[in-house]
Amino acid sequence: MTQPPWRRERREHFPGVPAWSLATSRLAPEEFGVSRLEDVTREWAWGGDGAGGDGTGVDGTGDGVAGRADGAGVRVCVLDTGVDGGHPRVGGLERSLVVADGEDLTVVDCDPVDPVGHGTACAGVIRSIAPAVSLTSVRVLTDGRSGSGAALLAGLRWAVEEGFDLVNLSLSTTRSRYLPELHELADRAYFRRCLLVASAHNMPVVSFPWTFSSVISVASHDEPDPMTYYYNPAPPAEFLARGVRVPVAWRRGREIRSTGNSFAAPHITGICALILSRHRWMTPFQLKSVLYLAASNVVVSKGGAHVRA
Amino acid sequence: MSVHERHSDSEITERRLLQSTVEVARHVFDSAAASVFLVDQETGDLVFEAVSGEGEQHLVGTRFPAGTGIAGWVAASGQPMIADEVAAVPQFAHDAAESTGYVPHSIMAAPVIRQESCIGVLEVLDRSATWRGDLADVDLLAMLAAQAAYGLDLLLRLRRAETTLPTAPGGDDVHVLLQRISDRVPRGGGAADPTALKLLAVAEELLH
Repeated sequence: MTQPPWRRERREHFPGVPAWSLATSRLAPEEFGVSRLEDVTREWAWGGDGAGGDGTGVDGTGDGVAGRADGAGVRVCVLDTGVDGGHPRVGGLERSLVVADGEDLTVVDCDPVDPVGHGTACAGVIRSIAPAVSLTSVRVLTDGRSGSGAALLAGLRWAVEEGFDLVNLSLSTTRSRYLPELHELADRAYFRRCLLVASAHNMPVVSFPWTFSSVISVASHDEPDPMTYYYNPAPPAEFLARGVRVPVAWRRGREIRSTGNSFAAPHITGICALILSRHRWMTPFQLKSVLYLAASNVVVSKGGAHVRA
Repeated sequence: MSVHERHSDSEITERRLLQSTVEVARHVFDSAAASVFLVDQETGDLVFEAVSGEGEQHLVGTRFPAGTGIAGWVAASGQPMIADEVAAVPQFAHDAAESTGYVPHSIMAAPVIRQESCIGVLEVLDRSATWRGDLADVDLLAMLAAQAAYGLDLLLRLRRAETTLPTAPGGDDVHVLLQRISDRVPRGGGAADPTALKLLAVAEELLH
């Protein structure tokens, strides 16, 4: 099978994607996976979990209900404080890396440790939703010092080049000097079929990348079901997922209950992994559409969706 | 500690703004304590700048190393968060918490952001169980953090101004100052800096 367009080498002497190259008069469009999306339900998307909100979602047991997607074959990168690979809620890592100190900011392998606990919490949430997913950690936040935006960029660039299906970003930067490069990187990820899931920032400040339209941005709802999520018709936060009193993994094999959009984003990352493991052909555009159609407040019934216009 | 023992009059005003923010935070959340940390821009350390409630007598000026516990994560990521049931976690930044003399059950923390960088953290320990809703709590904390940002920013500006303008000994005595200036002027009509001459002329006018 030929490489899909988003994985092909970029042409050295003719960068960019000119629109006129897409003319179909001499060349038929190549084949691609398709759904008219009329039949998209939660059942179609990942095998279903009931109507949502009935508490039937998996709860970290990892046993996977028969017929339900489990995230197998999907590769997720967690850009955070590192992940404790030995934590029972994390269930092992494919790889653990860190953005090394120094001027060139290379990404190098490291021990699967997490000095803070936050990355471990996010990885554990993803695993609880998609038990068979492959998790990789890149540590981009190493200490409390500000100015780690350069490490974030280096880690994200690595993850996009590496071809991960999903990147979880439970963090944001307020520094505008990183804006152009981060924006370009988010767009490149989108076209390379690497979907960035970013937690929304509920502070009265400007920050990114969650405000970019090429990523999926996630804020919190306060219901306890991990599979209940809502489409938010008033972006920039596009989806609302569980983010209040979430039982999460923490340092040294412990657990705490945490609240914050940081923990809502990995719920959506996990749900995206379920959808992708069932429908490998999806582009970020299609995945976002399916996520919308399968949202708890977009249930199709009696011929119309239940979202107020 | 030295910087905290030497309060100029104006610094007291700046500090009162921060203190009033933590007082408000402590009361709206009916919590055991509320505090503002400053992030030391050189070391990344977190320094207590204002405390209301538990520890308010002795904590101001205390430092924690970069990346310590919840406050450290919040400073690094810029994301507010709440952690509950932390007391059930023996190692959970326990050393740091114990050194303050108070080990909380729950911590809420939000970044204090000014001019694109996180300059501090607002933290509330053991908010009451009265039902406001956790999402409402996070939003309210974020608003108070925005207020703390102005207070901390003022305090930082004041300190910067103080360090860049060190007062020379006897600098407030005009005769001592004039003597020092005259010592520096080259004898025998040598070329003095024209800008300095202009400034002296202006100073003479002002002294009239």
